[in-house]
Amino acid sequence: MTKLLQWLLGVSLLGAVWALVAFDLLELSLPRTYREVAWPIPLYLLVSFGCYSLATVGYRVATFNDCNEAASELHEQIKEAKEDLRKKGLKM
Amino acid sequence: MASRKSLQANRANGDKYSVLLPTYNERENLPLIVWLLVKYFGESGHDYEIIVIDDGSPDGTLEVAEQLQKIYGDDKMLLRPRAKKLGLGTAYIHGMKHATGNFIIIMDADLSHHPKFIPQFIKKQKEGDYDLVSGTRYQGSGGVYGWDLRRKLISRGANFLAQVLLRPGASDLTGSFRLYKKKVLESLVERCVSKGYVFQMEMIVRARQLNYTVGEVPISFVDRVYGESKLGGNEIVSYAKGLLTLFATT
Repeated sequence: MTKLLQWLLGVSLLGAVWALVAFDLLELSLPRTYREVAWPIPLYLLVSFGCYSLATVGYRVATFNDCNEAASELHEQIKEAKEDLRKKGLKM
Repeated sequence: MASRKSLQANRANGDKYSVLLPTYNERENLPLIVWLLVKYFGESGHDYEIIVIDDGSPDGTLEVAEQLQKIYGDDKMLLRPRAKKLGLGTAYIHGMKHATGNFIIIMDADLSHHPKFIPQFIKKQKEGDYDLVSGTRYQGSGGVYGWDLRRKLISRGANFLAQVLLRPGASDLTGSFRLYKKKVLESLVERCVSKGYVFQMEMIVRARQLNYTVGEVPISFVDRVYGESKLGGNEIVSYAKGLLTLFATT
């Protein structure tokens, strides 16, 4: 099953459960409060996912390592390499 | 530095690592990356070969490669040039045909990938008998050098989106510093059709699909020392297209 189908399946399952409760489709005569709580839940989920995404990406950008040491080590090694290669007879 | 004992052990275990270096206009960088590879493989004692696949660079990369072959010997340096610029996937296929190692290492020749990580890749691979080991910029001590805030934001955002949509089980999808079992790379490469950034992503997504095991090693990515590194609107659009294609087809 492709990831797209997995998503569609998941979303339609959740959607079906939500619709059953929010609109009382099976006429289970659920208490009114159930319906009132269920009704805005998709919006809550969407907003919380958005917040989670922003927070995660923001945190990861802020903690992205700047590898300054790796860069200076590389620059040292480049010097060393050039000198050594010249000695070995490489014409750059 | 490795002790004499582990040096000998590494040499005697029969594993050989073929490093594939696809190049295009890397005249400045090629001698340096080769020098570093020779240095680190020399220290670790693993058996290796370097396969340069130059796609007809007009700047004379091949000529430099030939000089390097004279210096380091044609058992260590193999040149497998092609007439013109063709895709990365076909470069790997082309290089692999001539590879004598049972493991293949792919990396960029522009010095953004440092050979010092290769012994760590090898160690990681042995720890879990992984089918592939991927370098990751996004975990542990991994990171980047030379990226501004915008670049970091795009990179992290794009990666997050891919993680959510594809759940690939690897943290760095677009990285191209990886070690593969030769058979695994062969079977993956023939299934992958994407280009550019997306190619690397497709490789790791398909690996997971085929139940190959993936190990990860944090790497520092030092953005191009010589030459330009670009990230424009075109790259972003083609990344998005590729991501959606993988989302719908894997």
